[in-house]
This record gives sequence, structure tokens and C-alpha cells, in this order.
Amino acid sequence: MLNFPLWKKTLVGIVCLLSVLYAVPNFMPTGTFAGVPSWLPGKTVNLGLDLQGGAHLLFKVETEQVLKERMENVVAEMRVTLRQERLRYSGLGVRNNSAMVTLRDASQSDRFRELIREIDNRLLIDEVSEGSFALSLSEQDLKAEVDNAVAQSIEVIRRRIDEDGTKEPVIQRQGEDRILVQVPGAEDTEEVKRKVGKTAKMTFQMVDVRNSLSDAIAGRVPPGSVLLPSIEEDENGNPVQMYLVEKRVRVSGEHLTGASSSFDQANRPAVSFQFDAVGGRKFGKVTTENVGFPFAIVLDGKVISAPEIQSPIVGGSGIITGNFTVAETNELSLLLRAGALPAPLIILEERSVGPGLGQDSIDAGTVASVIGLIGVIIFMAASYGLFGLLANVALIFNISLIIAALSTLQATLTLPGIAGIVLTIGMAVDANVLIFERIREEFKSGQKIGTAIEAGYKRALTTIVDSNLTTLIAAILLFAFGAGPIKGFAVTLSIGILTSMFTAIMVTRFLVVTWYTKKKPKTLPI
Amino acid sequence: MRLLKLIPETPSFNFASKRVAAFVFSAFLIVASIGSFAVNGLNLGIDFLGGILIEAETNGPADVTSMRRQLGGLGLGDVSIQEFGDDNTVLIKVQRQEGSAEAQQAAVTLVKETLATQVAEYRRTELVGPTVGAELQEAALWAVLSAVGAILIYIWFRFEWQFGIGAVIALSHDVITTIGLFALLGLEFNLATVAAILTIAGYSINDTVVVYDRIRENMRKFKVMDFIELYNLSINQTLSRTVITSVTTLLALLALFVFGGEVIRGFSIALIWGVIIGTYSSIALAGPILTYMEPNRGTDEEEYPGSKKDDASA
Repeated sequence: MLNFPLWKKTLVGIVCLLSVLYAVPNFMPTGTFAGVPSWLPGKTVNLGLDLQGGAHLLFKVETEQVLKERMENVVAEMRVTLRQERLRYSGLGVRNNSAMVTLRDASQSDRFRELIREIDNRLLIDEVSEGSFALSLSEQDLKAEVDNAVAQSIEVIRRRIDEDGTKEPVIQRQGEDRILVQVPGAEDTEEVKRKVGKTAKMTFQMVDVRNSLSDAIAGRVPPGSVLLPSIEEDENGNPVQMYLVEKRVRVSGEHLTGASSSFDQANRPAVSFQFDAVGGRKFGKVTTENVGFPFAIVLDGKVISAPEIQSPIVGGSGIITGNFTVAETNELSLLLRAGALPAPLIILEERSVGPGLGQDSIDAGTVASVIGLIGVIIFMAASYGLFGLLANVALIFNISLIIAALSTLQATLTLPGIAGIVLTIGMAVDANVLIFERIREEFKSGQKIGTAIEAGYKRALTTIVDSNLTTLIAAILLFAFGAGPIKGFAVTLSIGILTSMFTAIMVTRFLVVTWYTKKKPKTLPI
Repeated sequence: MRLLKLIPETPSFNFASKRVAAFVFSAFLIVASIGSFAVNGLNLGIDFLGGILIEAETNGPADVTSMRRQLGGLGLGDVSIQEFGDDNTVLIKVQRQEGSAEAQQAAVTLVKETLATQVAEYRRTELVGPTVGAELQEAALWAVLSAVGAILIYIWFRFEWQFGIGAVIALSHDVITTIGLFALLGLEFNLATVAAILTIAGYSINDTVVVYDRIRENMRKFKVMDFIELYNLSINQTLSRTVITSVTTLLALLALFVFGGEVIRGFSIALIWGVIIGTYSSIALAGPILTYMEPNRGTDEEEYPGSKKDDASA
């Protein structure tokens, strides 16, 4: 006989009540629930970047660069050590992430190995032919280098885009050498990209005044020096000037402890900086020894300026002037404060949405959901009368459950996610349609109302489970393979399928049984 | 009590008599889809090809011709500009730039700077590099194949093999014709379209399963009924449900299509098509296919034979 045990009724009641409680905060003014413990209702749905506006950027860390630099350092140290120890060599250089060298005297191989271990005992020494060596890092150490570079990049990015820690950006590693950066509500994505896109490696190098600049420009760059463009460009994007700069880095940006935008004596925008103790000492020494000579301030391989050293600078602080605007000095000082990236970052993917489109999408999604809901409600009531109304009650609880689940799970709601909810509104009633059609059939075949209802629910159940599971399979695979906003669609669709099975079966059954026991009807109102 | 009756109380349409016509029609749809795919190809979006997409709101009505001329002179290759939704909004697409990743970035900056005086707000900027584009293509292919595979395994597990084949044919028909529709109309095929196709696959199977469940039930109930008659009965019994569910789903999707905004319009079109074609295929394809490879019903003596046993004897 048709019954619905009290414990089930209580369960359904509690679930529905909780769903409403957990869904309601989304419709209250923001801040209403500030300070409420996290397990209590109060969380709202996490809006995706496509709804709240913001920048989504996927970067690749140029790890090859890191590995190459790593081996170049090894080569540089080897050059110094081998000279000191008077081991004669040839063919010293980096090829395919290996440092190559050939000893003139192969009998010095053992001594060479000892020296290499002193330089870096993680280096694998491979004697290619007698006296000829290839030094490389093990797979494991290479991976550690990459990991380290990525982790360091993440830290630097965080300091650059969220210096005051208020923007709640998502900055996470993806795969081997990728970093995903999501900055919600970013008004200007271009600014975010500018901040992250620069390596910001700053060095102080002496300008090479002993050799001719015009010779270097003509292609005869003396060894030990390098030709660098100015950072300032003319309207065609060409550097306004070239500099011949010594390769040797006198002080590097690692020693910077602070930087801020300021003005020079002539009241032009400038960046003032402070060195740590080591940097200050080095800087003091260089400026003392080279009074009267120009030194170049180099940022990412471009010369910001090359002033003449007027007098020794021993205080560990200084000022950089250039042809700056205030905005540029602000940005440069931020980059210097945040530190240099271990390697350049390349943008693989960018998806940014302005706040205007985000709000429009929310509005459009809401209108579509409400109108879709009204359409379905009217249609169900017209098709199934009283039972249609009961199904509509279940449908509303279903939406409430979806919103509650999204809020509690803190899943991200995207525009396709809203589409998933709208689709669920249309499909959720399917279970009820199946049940009601079945009840009607059973009743027509001569069963009493109670038995018909009982049989309707029972017989429709396997069909409901079968048909919903297949859609759920598709939704789960979509979640597994989908990217970005599409994942949001998979999430709401999956949640919608699960909640609709609960509401369409349990909630309507609760309602139908209550109606049946109260009214003891003789005819079926569908 | 019922205000609306789309389907008569006890429908008795003769679906069986139309099954050959339906096969011919479906075959035509599939050939047309493959043909238009071969001729037009798919209008792949930047998700898969890589490239740049910028949605911009202009100060006053957009002068698309002038913008086209300005951007055309930048040497960025293929640049398309079209109005998007209203005449204050344009959608700019720039082909993937050859060379380094910086070239893509530079193109975005160049476009934005060139149009700076006309544009009030850049509403959306999407840039996909070639690596990511290729990865997304691969992921999309895997998603569709594994979804179809997983659904099949489920059907095979729950029904006899004949049903599995019928479901695959109906499902493939729906997916192929959806792709064909995109090729024919030149609608942009992007990640959202893949999501729509997977959803269509889910919906189509959902519908097919309901019909199959009823056929299986009737097979156990009516041991001697002619299979064509049995199939016809099953379709008629489930017809009301099939139609009502399609209508509610279509109502919701129409609301999405009309009010959901320009960004997901293509997605809504795909879903609407999917619901229509999915409903059609479960009635006109999935069921009738079974009449050509009749599943085993067991013998009269056997009451309610288990499907597993049927499997073994089939």
C-alpha cells in the first residue's frame, strides 16, 4: 500500500529546509553574513571570471633558459678554476644543456674531476673521449631546477600582482612548466600582463669606454663586452641609442632590498633604490674606483640610462633617472621590489572579461533562467494539473538545492554553468514526467489509485536511473577533459542531475503521498 | 484537470510503417552533413586554431568598415570584424600570428591601440597560442570519444548487444548531424560546441534508454507479439513522455537562446538542435533498428528471463 515512512519524510523535509537556508545568502546583499562561521549558511556562489570580470592567463616558464643559464654559470666557474689551477683546455662551452670541455693534457683528468666536484658535486661527468668531457645534471636535478624556477616564478608573480594581498588571485602551477594566473575583477588586463611579462632582471654594468662604439655597431664587438639597446624607443619602435657595455655584472638586482618611485633634483620622475649590505659594499667599491666613468643600469638586456659617476656612492642607495613618466616609475619600482623572474614567461593563453560583459552575462543568465523556469512551470501545470504543480514545487527545491550545493562546495559558477542550470530546469522534470505517465498507465489498466501511484514510482525508477546515469557519464567526462568555463557547465549539469533525481523522486513522492492520505481521491487528477 | 494534451490519451500512431522513410531521411541527413563538412569544413574557433578574439564596445554605433580598413592595414593577416548583438559592440577576430608567443601579444596590443579612440570598453579578450589550441583539440576529441565509449559500455552492460548497436547508431547520427549543422551554417565550432555535443550525446541516449526500457519490458510481457508491432506499441506508450520532456527542455533552451546573451548563442543553437534530433532519432532510428536484429525474448515457458541469460544465448 502507498506509504512513505516518517523517517523519509523527515529526511526530505530537512534536506529541503537546509537547501533553502544555504541558498538564501546568494540573494541577500553582500556582507550580510560576514563573520558567520564557515559551516553555517552564509557562503555564496563563487562566480567565475567570465561573470565577475577578470583576467585568466596561462604562462609557460621558459625553463630551457634556466637550464642554459645554469650551465653557463658552471662554464664561467670552470674557466676561472681551470686557469687558477693551470689546467690547459679548449672547446669550453654549453651545448644541449651540457658543459663541454677538452683538456690539453689528458693525464690531468683525475685532477679535473676533483675540481669539478668542488664546483658542484651534482654534476655528472661523462668522458666522451679521452680528455674530453661533457658535464650535465641528472634528470632528477634538472627536474629540481625546473621545479625551483617555477616555484620562484609563482612567488615573484604573487608579489607583483598582489603586493598588498587584497586581490585574491589564483596563481598555481599546471603541469611541468606552466603557471595559471587568475586575477578577478582586473580592470586592466594589459596592466597585469605588463607586470608579469617582464623578467625584470636589473644589473649594473660599466660602459666600455676603451673600445669604439661605432666599431661595435659595425659588427666588431670586443670580447668581454656586449652591445645593448636603450630601453627608450622612437615612434617606429627602434631604440634611440646603442651602448657598448662590459659583460661583467658589477652589482645585480638580487641585492636590491627596496625601490620606490620618487623625483630627482630637477623634479623628473625617478626610481630610488636601496641595496642590502653586500650590494651596498659592491656598489660603493665600483663607484669609488670609477669616478668620472659612465655605468649602465640594465633592465632585461636594455639600458635604462648610463649616467657618469659623479662621486662615490657608499650609502647603499641611489636613484635611477631616465625618460620616465610617473606611471612608469611606479611600475618599475614595483617590479624591482618584487624581484626578478628566474626565467621569461610566455603567454600561452589569455581569456579576460571586462566587468561590463560579466554583469551583462549575469543579468542575461538570470533572465534566461527565470523565463525558462516560468515556461516549464506553466507547461507542467497545464499538462499534469495538480501533479504538475507538485512537480513544480520539486523543481523549485531542485534549483534551491543546486544553488546550495554550489555555495557549499564553493564550486565556480560560469556562464556555461548558468546554461547548465537552465538545461537542468528543462530536463529535471523528466523524472516526474516518467513517473506521472506511468501512474496514468497503471491507473488506466484498472489499478486502484494508491496501487497505481505505488507502481508508477516503482516501475519508473529503473528508467530514471538508467537515463540519468548516461547523462551523468557525459557530464563527468566533460569535467575531466573540459577547460575553463566549460568545466563550470559540467559541474552544474552533474549537480543538477543528482539533485533532480532526489527532488523528482523523493520530494514529489512526499507531496503525492501526503495529498493521497489527506484526500483519499477516487479519480486520478492527471 | 489537464489543460493541455499534446498527445492523445492512448496514441496509436503507426510508426512502423514509416520506418523506411525515416531511415532514408536520416541517411540523407548524414550524407548532407558529411558533404557539407567536406565542402565547407568547420569554422573552427580560436580555442582550437589559436588566435585572438576581442569583443569591444564602441563609443556610439560602430563603424565596421572604417575599423576593418584600420585593422586591415596592420599586416596581421586575416582580421574579421562583425557586429555582435547590438550596433555598439563588435567582435574582432585576428588569425594566429606566426612566430613567437610575443607576436600574439604584440598583435593584441596593436589592435587595442589602433582602435583606442573608438572603443569605450574592451569587454573580452581571448588569446590562444598554437600549443594550447592543439591540446584543446586533442582534449575535445578524447572527451567525445570517451563519452560515447563510456555510454556504450553502460548500455551494453544494462541491455543486450542489439540495443547497444541501436544506441550507437542513433547517437552517432545525432553527433554527426550536429557537426553537419555547424558546417552548413558556418557557426563557430569551439569548446562550448564540444560541451554541447556531449550534452546532446547524453540527452539522445537518455531518450533512447527510455524507449529501450519500454521495449525490453514489453518483450518480457508479450512473448509472442510480432516484434514490429511490439516496437510500435512501445513507442506509442512512451510518446507522451518523449514529447513532454522535449517540450520542457526546449522551453528552457529557447529562453537561453533568446535571453541568454550573445556569448552562448551558438551553444544554445547546438543544444536546441540536439534535443530535436535526439528526440527524432530515439523514435525513428533507435527503435526501428531493433526490428532488423530482433533481441532474444526467451521462450513462452520462461517467465521473465534475465537479460544476462539472453545475452549468453544471443
